[in-house]
Amino acid sequence: MRHHLVLRVVAKILIPLILLYGLYVQFHGDFGPGGGFQAGVIFAAGIILYGLIFGLDAARKVVPPAIVEMLVAAGVLLFAGVGVAGMLLGGNYLDYGVLVRDPVAGQHLGILLIEFGVGTTVAAVMITIFYGFAGRGR
Amino acid sequence: MLSGLYSLLSASIFVQLDAVDVAFTEASVGAGITTILMLGTLALTTDWERTPIKLQVFPILVVLATGAALIYGTLDLPAFGDPAAVANQHVVPRYIKDSGREVGVPNIVTSVLASYRGYDTLGEVTVIFTAGVGVLVLLVTGRRGKPRGKAEADRP
Repeated sequence: MRHHLVLRVVAKILIPLILLYGLYVQFHGDFGPGGGFQAGVIFAAGIILYGLIFGLDAARKVVPPAIVEMLVAAGVLLFAGVGVAGMLLGGNYLDYGVLVRDPVAGQHLGILLIEFGVGTTVAAVMITIFYGFAGRGR
Repeated sequence: MLSGLYSLLSASIFVQLDAVDVAFTEASVGAGITTILMLGTLALTTDWERTPIKLQVFPILVVLATGAALIYGTLDLPAFGDPAAVANQHVVPRYIKDSGREVGVPNIVTSVLASYRGYDTLGEVTVIFTAGVGVLVLLVTGRRGKPRGKAEADRP
C-alpha cells in the first residue's frame, strides 16, 4: 500500500480520533451507551486500520505482539482480581460495594475497573486475531 | 461484504428498538471487525467453493429440522414489548427502581452488565480470552525470542 496517498492521509487523520473515541466509550460507559466490549473493539479497529494501511510490520512495531499477548491475560486478571479484592475486604466475590467505604462509590470504582479489564482483553484479543490472520498469509 | 451490511442494518433496527448498547456492539463487532476478519480469511483461502461431489441429503434434513424446531419455538415467545412477559416481571422492575440507589450509574445497562450480572460478564470475558488463546495456538507461527528471519526460515 505504498502508493495509496489518500488512504494514508485519511487514516493518519482518523486513527487518533478512533483511539480517542474508544477511550471515551470505555470511560463514559457508565453514563452513555457503550462499555468495555465496544471500547475494546473500537480501539482494536484503530490499530487494525493502521495495520491495513501501513503494513503488518509497522503495526507490529507500534503494538508489539508480545505486549498484546500479555494484555490478553491482564484484562481477565484485572476483572477476576477485583472480585478477589472484594472477597479479601470481607464481601462476596465481585461485590464492589466493599471496595471503598461508601458502597455506591465502591460500585463506581468496581465497574470502572472491570470495564477496563473487559476493554483490555477484548482489544488485545481482536488485535491478536488480526495479527494471526494477517501474518499467516505471507 | 453482505454480512457487514446486514450487521449495519440490524444495528439500526436495534437503535429503533431503543437498545443503543446492543446496536453499538453490533455496529462495531458485526460490521467492523467481523468484516475485516472475513476478508482476511478470504485472502488466506480462495473465494471459490469446491463443487460438491454428490448431493448431501442428510445435512439438509438436519438443517431443515433444526430450523423448523427453532421457528416452532418462537411461537411460544411473548409478544414484543408485552409488559406481562416473564422477562419483564422478574428482576427488571427491581433493576429499574433500585439500581440508581444501589449502583448509582445512570446507564442501567452498564450497572446490570457489570454489577448485578458480574459473573456472566466475567464468563464472557473468559470466553473471549479463550478464543484469543485458541487463535494464538493455532495461527500464530514463529516463536518469540528468535530473530524474525530465522523463525521465518524454520517454517516448513
